[in-house]
Amino acid sequence: MAHHVVPQKIYLLVFATLILLTLVTVDVAFYDLGLLNLYIALAIAVTKATIVILYFMHVKYSSRLVWVFVGSGFFWLAVLLVLTLSDFFTRGWSPLPSGWTSMVMP
Amino acid sequence: MDATPINAHSGTPGEPIRANYLNVNYGLKSWLLTTDHKRIGILYLISITIFFALGGIFAALIRLELMTPEGDVVSSEMYNKLFTMHGVAMIFFFLIPSIPAVFGNFLIPMMIGARDVAFPRLNLMSWYIYSIGGVFTFAAMALGGVDTGWTFYAPYSSTYSNSNVALTAVGIFILGFSSILTGLNFIVTIHKMRAPGLTWFRLPLFVWAHYATSLIQILGTPVVAISIVLVALERLLKLGIFDPKLGGDPLLFQHLFWFYSHPAVYIMILPSMGVVSEVIACFSRKRVFGYPFIAFSSLAIAVLGFLVWGHHMFTSGQSVYAGMIFSVLTMLVAIPSAVKVFNWTATLYKGSVSYQAPMLYALGFIGLFTIGGLTGLFLATLATDVHLHDTYFVVAHFHYIMVGGAIMGYMAAMHFWWPKMTGRLYPEGWAKFAALVIFVGFNLTFFPQFVLGYLGMPRRYHVYPPEFQVLNVMSTAGASILAVGYIIPLIYLLWSLKYGPAAGANPWQAKGLEWTTPSPPPPHNFERTPVVTEEAYAYESKPYPEEAEVV
Amino acid sequence: MSETHSVLAHQFDDLEQQFEASTLGMWAFLITEVLFFGGLFTGYAVYRSQYPLAFAEGSLHLDYRIGAINTAVLICSSLTMALAVRSAQLGRRRSLIGFLLLTMLLGSVFLGIKVFEYSHKYHEHLIPGINFVPPHEFIRYHVDPQQLYVFLSFYFAMTGMHALHMIIGVSVLAVLVVLAWRGRFSSEYYNPVEVAGLYWHFVDIVWIFLFPLLYLISRS
Repeated sequence: MAHHVVPQKIYLLVFATLILLTLVTVDVAFYDLGLLNLYIALAIAVTKATIVILYFMHVKYSSRLVWVFVGSGFFWLAVLLVLTLSDFFTRGWSPLPSGWTSMVMP
Repeated sequence: MDATPINAHSGTPGEPIRANYLNVNYGLKSWLLTTDHKRIGILYLISITIFFALGGIFAALIRLELMTPEGDVVSSEMYNKLFTMHGVAMIFFFLIPSIPAVFGNFLIPMMIGARDVAFPRLNLMSWYIYSIGGVFTFAAMALGGVDTGWTFYAPYSSTYSNSNVALTAVGIFILGFSSILTGLNFIVTIHKMRAPGLTWFRLPLFVWAHYATSLIQILGTPVVAISIVLVALERLLKLGIFDPKLGGDPLLFQHLFWFYSHPAVYIMILPSMGVVSEVIACFSRKRVFGYPFIAFSSLAIAVLGFLVWGHHMFTSGQSVYAGMIFSVLTMLVAIPSAVKVFNWTATLYKGSVSYQAPMLYALGFIGLFTIGGLTGLFLATLATDVHLHDTYFVVAHFHYIMVGGAIMGYMAAMHFWWPKMTGRLYPEGWAKFAALVIFVGFNLTFFPQFVLGYLGMPRRYHVYPPEFQVLNVMSTAGASILAVGYIIPLIYLLWSLKYGPAAGANPWQAKGLEWTTPSPPPPHNFERTPVVTEEAYAYESKPYPEEAEVV
Repeated sequence: MSETHSVLAHQFDDLEQQFEASTLGMWAFLITEVLFFGGLFTGYAVYRSQYPLAFAEGSLHLDYRIGAINTAVLICSSLTMALAVRSAQLGRRRSLIGFLLLTMLLGSVFLGIKVFEYSHKYHEHLIPGINFVPPHEFIRYHVDPQQLYVFLSFYFAMTGMHALHMIIGVSVLAVLVVLAWRGRFSSEYYNPVEVAGLYWHFVDIVWIFLFPLLYLISRS
């Protein structure tokens, strides 16, 4: 069987990148960038995860089917997140009918 | 199963007996340690029949209580437990494993020309996991039951209920792994184990339906697993997740729960749709009309089914904007469902239709599923749902899908492949009679419930105003007829094991690889790996009478 | 040839089919794991959006240095795991066993640090359901203790579930070490190592997300 044997050098390079990105994500957290902090942290985490998936988990060298499997997993995760949050993020949009607010007040 | 008559004469010399999966070895151990997908299918058949009977008894008690407006048979606490345990037994332990674990296990490897599933030991393990989950749940029932409703809504399930929630939750959590492993096995099997020449568009639609089902099983089940874990953590360790008193939001539980449990409806119905495609084609002697549309509509149902769960929460306090999105998305599921119904009907058109028992069930499926699906649209519409939510209309709707749809398909499969599984024919007259009894009993049970719900009778109460009694008595009468309808097949199928005439390899003159191997099939399904050269359902390629050579 | 037969299961035609089936099966399983943790991440996202200050305050109660060290430990373990798989591919039994043991060691270090962290939280009376006492003074934001309670509940649910997966991973590796010791793997047949590697890296990925989401909210 001829499976792709990834050269040791690539593994070490991947490792160094991951450690570097970890340091970056810690460092960035100490600057107050508002909501951007969350987005940068997530972007770095996604990058790290992608590198792990592509190289350590050999997806880069795998069949299209594996790509589809990996993609579908994250697609469904996105469905779960987006549709659930669509409820929580839009609850405040509709004003309470008048009369209800006064009943809530003690 | 050891007493199967085929085994009766144990291979005396001079009378060669063909080795099949039933007689290849004997004894309890050979069954409990088997990795043969066919035997595992039989193991599942026995286990789910037990839970079906259990769930049926709970249903009978519910209907008995509802015969009169007063709460006279059971207390209200007991009634809560009855409908909860009816739901748990029927949904988690019968409907979800029903067709996939029994017929999917038995048939998919044969339909794709494989010797077994991809992971036979995992397959056996999933049956053991099912059984362990069953034992936990059964223990919870025996130790006093559980009363949260099968939906386990927090914070009732996590903080306030004083019944055996934790034990039941453990049982269902364990069971989930069984479902995941079955789905995983099927997906890999269908991808990697197909016989030479068996391209995706030559696969039987039963296999497509199971592929779609398996997708839901592996994508949805883990989410309900984690929500059950979180309920248990909140209940046992008082973590603050769902209970508002602890800072949580109960709607989060409903979101996570329905992310699985709505698609779970399609876990129950998609395999039935696969069965119906097989049966309709066989008994119309025609190629299925619009094969790729039926195949892709299965996948479309699986995918769209994940986008609609919020329609269970229209009246829960969910944002109306989310509600609108979920309402629109729910309507979309009607499209692939209707595509299937139209294609089956078109298959019947100008076919030489014969009304054998499996066909009766399949036709019953089409009609009842259509009613169940269309009434679903009432509930998907925001405004009408406010009126109908949590009434008997909902109960009637989902029983039309689950009993009228899923169980009809299960019965069709049972009759269609029983000769293949056991090598015996069942008495056709009795089977047709039972199909009729089930159809009448089912409609008498559940049609009045549409009316009851529309008139405003809420579900999950054990007393009701006296003006609802006439319809409730009709429903209870129907339930007793339905019970008879389920007992008759149990009797004649068991009878056929000993007294049924030998079936031969292909009693229906059906197409498909599973019919090319003897009944019951040999241990490794095929003498040599089959090579597929034609499309599925090539019923018209040769005229029907000349096909006798297959036996 | 005879060796090939002993590792080829009867339902497969050849080793390649068997290898593809087992990796595909593992990926299917990892998809379920993505969705399993996905439920937790969804809950986290919901409450972080509802109680942003409580989550920021709660994060300050965690020691980000410990979190960062543990991240590095896990990344190291992923490297050694990848090298273990590589050794198996090349049929190097000794280095396979060595890297597996190293991976187990790093996994255990991670778990040890986790235990230290948990016990620290215990002394601070910050474990929900066991000994939670609202802190006398808040570090930066004065928030409703019940909201802090939710953050801590998620902290323990998420890291606890992750730690459980780590324990399972270490146990699986222990089995692999025994099998490798007995010479069960070769460059022809190393599916269990490959598949266990996929699982290990997945658990690493979960932590890659947990670390910034739990430890690094508003450090500035």
